[in-house]
Amino acid sequence: MGAVSAARTERLVNLVICLLSTRQFLTSARIRSLVPGYDHGYDHRDDAKAHEAFQRMFERDKSELRDLGIPLETGTNSVFDTDAEVGYRIARRDYELPDIHLEPDEAAAVGLAARLWRSGLSSAASSALVKLRAAGVDVDPEATLGVEPVVDATEPALLPSLQGVQQGRVLHFAYRTANSATPQEREVEPWGIVSWRGRWYLAGYDRARRAARVFRLSRVSGPVTPAGPAGKVKVPPDLDLVAMAASLSADTPTQTATVRVRPGAGAGLRRAASRIQPDDVGDVLDLPYSDPEALAERLAGYAADVVVLGPADVRSAVVGRLRALAGERA
Amino acid sequence: MRAAPDRLPRLLALVPYLLEHPGIRLAEVAADFAVGADQLRDDLNLLWVCGLPGYGPGDLIDLAWSEDDTLTVTHDAGIRRPLRLSTDEAFALIVALRTLADVPGLEGGDAIDRALAKLEEAAGTAAAGTSRVTVRVEAEEATLAGVRQALDEHRALRITYYTAGRDETTERTVDPTRLLLVEGRSYLEGWCRRAEATRLFRLDRIDAFTLLDEPAAPPLQAQPVDVRGGVFRPSPEHELVVVHLAARARWVADFYPTESVADLPDGGLEVALRAADRSWVSRLVLGLGAAVSVVQPHDLADEVRSMARAALHAYEDDAASVL
Repeated sequence: MGAVSAARTERLVNLVICLLSTRQFLTSARIRSLVPGYDHGYDHRDDAKAHEAFQRMFERDKSELRDLGIPLETGTNSVFDTDAEVGYRIARRDYELPDIHLEPDEAAAVGLAARLWRSGLSSAASSALVKLRAAGVDVDPEATLGVEPVVDATEPALLPSLQGVQQGRVLHFAYRTANSATPQEREVEPWGIVSWRGRWYLAGYDRARRAARVFRLSRVSGPVTPAGPAGKVKVPPDLDLVAMAASLSADTPTQTATVRVRPGAGAGLRRAASRIQPDDVGDVLDLPYSDPEALAERLAGYAADVVVLGPADVRSAVVGRLRALAGERA
Repeated sequence: MRAAPDRLPRLLALVPYLLEHPGIRLAEVAADFAVGADQLRDDLNLLWVCGLPGYGPGDLIDLAWSEDDTLTVTHDAGIRRPLRLSTDEAFALIVALRTLADVPGLEGGDAIDRALAKLEEAAGTAAAGTSRVTVRVEAEEATLAGVRQALDEHRALRITYYTAGRDETTERTVDPTRLLLVEGRSYLEGWCRRAEATRLFRLDRIDAFTLLDEPAAPPLQAQPVDVRGGVFRPSPEHELVVVHLAARARWVADFYPTESVADLPDGGLEVALRAADRSWVSRLVLGLGAAVSVVQPHDLADEVRSMARAALHAYEDDAASVL
C-alpha cells in the first residue's frame, strides 16, 4: 500500500510538472503517453480494459489536483476544430503564488496570526505558512507581540457555511433552536459569519420565515448543503454581523425592577444595578431588565439573599421557581 | 489507492523552498515542514525521479545533497514558485490577522495592518469572502490600556475583580505575565498573590485597577496557563453534578462546559457537569426552578430544597412587613 501510494504521488508530481510546462492543451491520450505511471501493470495499451483503468485513474487525479486548489484549465488548441478532443493545462500565472515580501515585524504578525486557531483551521494556517516559506518569507512561529490569541474553529458546519458565503450560494441545513430537541430544515441565503464571545454564527436571510436570522453553528445538525447557482445571494450593504450576533443574547433593558439584597451578598447584581440605596435590612437595588422570566431566573438563584420588591410579575416568577424547588405546589 | 493527503502539497512546496534557501540543512527543512528527517529523505528521493516529459538527465529535478546534510536544487523542472493560497488557507491567515488588527492598542498593530494588506494582495480571489467573516474579541479599552502598561513597565497591579463562579468581588494584587485573547474575550494572566497561583482575569470583570509602583515579581514557580484547550478546564477534583433539564432549559447544555449530554424521552436532557464551586451550581439550579431536577449528588438536591424554603420564608416576612 505504501509503495502504491508513493507511485501515485510520483505520478501526480509529474502530471503537475507536465501540465505547467505546456502552453498547448494536452489531451488525455497525450498525457497518458507522456506521464509515467498511467499504464503501470498493463502491457497492451489499446486494450479496452487498460483504457478504462486509465480513465478512472485520470479522473481521480484531476479531482485530487482540483481539491488542492491547482487551477486545471480545459480547452482545445484550435477554435476552428469543433471536433477536437478537450485538453488540459495549468496556467503558470494562476498556479503560482505572486511575489510577497514581508518585513520582520510583518512576518511576526503572520506567525502570531497562524497560531490563533486552536483546531479546525490550524492545519490550513500551517499549510499556508509552508507556502509562504517556499516563497522566501521567513515566518517566525514563536512571535508573540505581547499577546497570545486562541480561537476555536471546530464546528463542522463552519467550513461549508464559509464556502456558501464565499460563493453566494443558498444553504440548506437542519437547525435546532436553543430549547427544542428536534431540528428543522432551513433554507438560508448566507450573508456572513461571525465569531462572537467564542461562538460561531451564520447570519443570513431565512427564506421560509422571510426574515434576517442568526444561526449558531453548533446547533446545526448534519451536513450544510449548497443549492442553486453561485452569486445569487444579495448581501445588505449595511450588514453588521457583530450586532446581529449580539442581538441574540443582549436585549436592551426597557424596565427596572427593585430588589432588596442582604449586606455583602449579590456582588453580581450590585455590578448590574443602576442605583444602590441602603435600608434598615440590607441594600435596595434598581436593576434594569427586558425579560421578566430571564431576570427571575437570575434572582431566584440568590435564594434568601435577594427579595424582589417589584414589579409583581418578576416577584411571582421568582416565588414560582422557589416553590417548585421547595416541593410546594405553585 | 489514495496517496497520503498532505504529501503532494508538501512535495510541490519543497522545490521552490529549496530554491529560496540554497545550502540549507536537512534538519531545518524538516522543522519548517513539520516532518521527520526520514520522511523528508523519502520525499527528496521521490522528487529526484520526477521531472519534465522525456525524463532524461536534463529533465528531472536535480538536487545537490552534500555530505554535511545540506541541500541545493540544481534543476527545478519548472516548479519555481509555491502554489497559490487555497481559500481555506487565505481564510485562516487573513481572518486571524483581521481579528488581531481589531483589538485596540495591540503592540505591533501597524505591522499587522501592513501584513494584512500584503497577504490580501497575494491571496487574490482566494481572499474574496474573508471580508464577510468577523471574529470579535471583546477588549475593554481602558482596562486593556492599563493592563498593557503594567505588562510593558513590568509593574504589579491592584485590581477589584468580580468572580462569577462564587459571585463575589475581591481586591487582589497581581504580578502580570501575559495578555491572552481566548474565545472572544481578553484575559490578564498573572500571579495572584492572594491565591498564590497563576490566574486568568477576564478584563470585563476587572471593575477597577491601580498600577502599583512596585515591580511585577511573579515567583519562579509561576507557570503559564495552557489555554490551547480553552479557559475553563473541568478537573476530576471538581464535584460531578448530574441534572435533568426540561426541554425549555436545554440551552444550559450549550452554555456551560459539560462532561456528557444525553437526550431524555420527554425532550429534555440529562447533563453531567463539573462544578468548581457549589454556590455556582445551586444558583443555577435555583434559577431554573421547575425546569431542572438534581439527580446527583443527593445533598445538593437537599441543599437547594432548603435554600428555596428559606427564600420563601423571606418573601413571607417581606409580605408581612408590607402589610
